[in-house]
Amino acid sequence: MTQLTVEDLHKRYGDHEVLKGVSLSAEAGDVITIIGSSGSGKSTFLRCINFLEQPDAGRITVAGEEIRLVKGKDGHLQVADAKQLQRLRTRLAMVFQHFNLWAHMTVLENVIEAPVHVLGVPKKEALERAMAYLDKVGISRFKDSYPAHLSGGQQQRVAIARALAMEPAVLLFDEPTSALDPELVGEVLKVMRGLAEEGRTMVVVTHEMGFAREVSSQVMFLHQGLAEESGPPAQVFGQPKSERLRQFLSGNLK
Amino acid sequence: MIEWSLFTESWPAYASGLWLTLQLTALALIAGLVLAIPLAVLRVSPNRWVSGPVWAYSYFFRGTPMLVQLLLMYYGLGQFEWIQGQWDAGSRFWLIFRDPYGCALVTFALNTGAYTTEILAGALRAMPHGEIEAARACGMSRFTMLRRILLPGALRRALPAYSNEIIFMLHGTSIASTVTLIDLTGAARNAYSQFFAPFEAFIFAGLIYLAITFALVGLFRIAERRWLAHLQPRKPLRKAA
Repeated sequence: MTQLTVEDLHKRYGDHEVLKGVSLSAEAGDVITIIGSSGSGKSTFLRCINFLEQPDAGRITVAGEEIRLVKGKDGHLQVADAKQLQRLRTRLAMVFQHFNLWAHMTVLENVIEAPVHVLGVPKKEALERAMAYLDKVGISRFKDSYPAHLSGGQQQRVAIARALAMEPAVLLFDEPTSALDPELVGEVLKVMRGLAEEGRTMVVVTHEMGFAREVSSQVMFLHQGLAEESGPPAQVFGQPKSERLRQFLSGNLK
Repeated sequence: MIEWSLFTESWPAYASGLWLTLQLTALALIAGLVLAIPLAVLRVSPNRWVSGPVWAYSYFFRGTPMLVQLLLMYYGLGQFEWIQGQWDAGSRFWLIFRDPYGCALVTFALNTGAYTTEILAGALRAMPHGEIEAARACGMSRFTMLRRILLPGALRRALPAYSNEIIFMLHGTSIASTVTLIDLTGAARNAYSQFFAPFEAFIFAGLIYLAITFALVGLFRIAERRWLAHLQPRKPLRKAA
């Protein structure tokens, strides 16, 4: 079953066109990694999927339901129905580069917050669910700590548990290890690898080529706002067709 | 030569003055905070037509002395025939402004409301953008985000600045004595004229203000330990069994 399709997404900032028509389709269980150099538009693409950025053109369908869009007065695309967007956002959980945990809440409070106050899950059930996911990411012993008292890797694992607690159709990862010290990257990648093996649908923007090569079902190489090449990792990493991808890989695979 | 009889004879007057001071402080702070929370939300709106009126209100009340505001309210309003007409008609709302207690309370509430609005608005603006994005990304409505993420975060962060505002307010209520109210300062002034001992009369009041201030500072230290735990250095974690 198709969990997420993005068709012909365009995004511009003033005169600068960041995305020039990028498409993507994720079946249940797919792990799609998006690679590319800084400024290639890969983060913007991911942030357009859940409308943290407003795309200028394109169609987005989440779990079979298309986000209804209308042209606003200024010619930009707008969401037609804010309630629908809110509902579909609960199906797309996002993990951010800088974790973005709610600082005034403990780890456990962070994880139950959206299930209780957005999805309306009873608190008791949300707590059980939260503990199960905190266990899964190996952080349940810090459940009463505040985010600022944890290491970056621990915070990011809490953020992953928070995303899982929404039981979403698709997990979106926006450079989840880029803000971490090198020795902490491994623990987060290990958790993500586990999620992929469970068959969760994931779209991952990353600079971790090892992860992209070993875990993803499909790799997309973005360059200057276009999907220059995409395919299974063996093909993208093994036989890169374009000169740009070859250059990018030779710079990133050491 | 210290006039000790002032302390022994006039303490009941000081006690009732203290009670009025505490009442005015507490009621003004509660009303001011209730006013400030929604106003702070409007104050940070990107829409000028929304934030502008709030800005004008806070600019006026922060830009003029509270004493002038109180005198305007108590002596100034009675000059208008329309308001006199309302008094004669027995309008409950407008009669508040003929009563010195009502005038003082409304003035103090509007004044602390203005300062508190700015304190809270600052705390709202300081909310890390990432936390707001995380709330949007998990499908929160604007109202839920305000209620669950923005205000709880901002109110906590505002705590140290707000504790100062509370102390300013406590001290500010002393001007109530200028509109015939016998608050703590008013009681001190009466004792002064009764005993002709200005030093004793006012140092007694001063010491009481000082004691309440100390108590408030202590309370806020406890409150900060409770609600700002997430911004304090980590306590050593107990080893998991």
